[in-house]
Amino acid sequence: MSEKQVSKKIVLHFPKSLINEPIVYRLIKDFNLKYNILKAQILPDQEGLMVMDLSGKEKDYKKGIDYLKKTGVSMQLLSKDIRRDEDSCTHCGACIVICPTEALRPDKKTGKVIFDSEKCIACELCIDPCPVRAMELHF
Amino acid sequence: MAKTIKEINEKIKKGKAVVVTADEMTELVKKEGVKKAAVKVDVVTTGTFGPMCSSGVFLNFGHTNPKMKFSKVWLNNIEAYAGLAAVDVYLGATQMPENDPLNRMYPGKFLYGGGHLIEDLIRKKKIDFRAESYGTDCYPRKEFKTKITLNDLNEAFMLNPRNAYQNYNCAVNLSDKTIYTYMGVLKPNLGNANFCSAGHYSPLLNDPLYRTIGVGTRIFLGGGEGFVVSSGTQHSPCAKRNTKGIPETPAGTLMVQGDLKMMSPEWVRGVSMLGYGVSLMIGIGIPIPVVDEEIAASCGTSDEEIVCPVVDYSKDYPAATGKSLGKVSYSMLKSGQIELRGKKVPTASLSSYPGAVKIAGILKKNILRGKFLLGEPQSLLPGPDSGIKFKSLK
Repeated sequence: MSEKQVSKKIVLHFPKSLINEPIVYRLIKDFNLKYNILKAQILPDQEGLMVMDLSGKEKDYKKGIDYLKKTGVSMQLLSKDIRRDEDSCTHCGACIVICPTEALRPDKKTGKVIFDSEKCIACELCIDPCPVRAMELHF
Repeated sequence: MAKTIKEINEKIKKGKAVVVTADEMTELVKKEGVKKAAVKVDVVTTGTFGPMCSSGVFLNFGHTNPKMKFSKVWLNNIEAYAGLAAVDVYLGATQMPENDPLNRMYPGKFLYGGGHLIEDLIRKKKIDFRAESYGTDCYPRKEFKTKITLNDLNEAFMLNPRNAYQNYNCAVNLSDKTIYTYMGVLKPNLGNANFCSAGHYSPLLNDPLYRTIGVGTRIFLGGGEGFVVSSGTQHSPCAKRNTKGIPETPAGTLMVQGDLKMMSPEWVRGVSMLGYGVSLMIGIGIPIPVVDEEIAASCGTSDEEIVCPVVDYSKDYPAATGKSLGKVSYSMLKSGQIELRGKKVPTASLSSYPGAVKIAGILKKNILRGKFLLGEPQSLLPGPDSGIKFKSLK
């Protein structure tokens, strides 16, 4: 029987002290995981940030995450990071043509704008073009 | 059989009026024809909820002790025009605070301006007030600072010189770089097409020849009750029209008025247009009395029949060439994609369609409950035979 596979979008925060360590290399090499980097921001003397899609066998994934935690990297699931203020959104549609992944798309029946956080890659492109600034970034 | 507004109001008072939304009227006309629909329906409710820059509020603060004639007034550091009587000002929706970076960091974010301030007033938030003056014998005070809320003001009247545009442009960008406009972010090489009209829900597209909407028409304004004051600025009734009288370009406009103290923040929203500035999103709903078959037919119009010009905002709009790249219908625009120059272009609306639907629904409910009577226009707006021409500054 094949083992259960998982695929999750995660946000990693690297403290300044760890920026020179090959952490992602170890994560992939030692735990046999696949990754796709969606976003990375590493600047000298600052905390590093990486958003990636991490997938592999469930057992390996868990071990990999344990390894990350041990190194001092803090981690959270991406789905929590871009949120829509539901009270603020007017469902105009300005964001629909900006979103590259169709995480923001129209509901053909109601004309409302659907926000599908599963499809969101937290590229942040929607934040400033929203006229009422309903899209918020949370870390 | 023609009906008068008076007769319709009598029916509303008795709870016997038949009221439908613009969408329901379109369906009804399709199904049963104009004649039957004209007899059956008394009122069609319309709605629109989009950014309308030419908007603002008149505020009266009451007098200070000793008295002061305001010559400059700032609210949350946003200047309101004080060139009126001692304690009256006009605050415009697009006004920015004095220290805002504007477009110096391009594209500017324009996070807070007049539109947001108007929304904050309605939300009953505390606002920093500051005034300066030169001092007179009757108004000796020269400066004053305090905090105010909407409740502290004597009057707060919204008076918008140009709202509810009858039709509007669809904006695209033919250049090779992203541009930031009042029509939203336009991606290069026809990356997207933005439009801003509620289409067949839009008030003036349901009464295209201004036969029922006029001075004194009672309307839904920002969640409260308001009135049409007159035609708005840039009212352009002589625009090209189709056989049903529906304009194919931006045409008529309305000046509207209402009491800010009756409004709701759900329908009055400050908006930040990236790289452009601040505006105010306002919900407007206008009931159309179905006085005859002609009005029934215009209220029965569908999005397929309403077209608007596609304009290049990278060149033709700023250069005022008046050129358009062609016409598209609102049914195409609302489908999410149009075809332009052989390219499939995704579309986006700046006007909230669900907002328009909700407003038409609220208005329908209020009329059915007898809570909202139709205002009889005291004078009609200039129409297509008025000869009004849209002038430019030379």
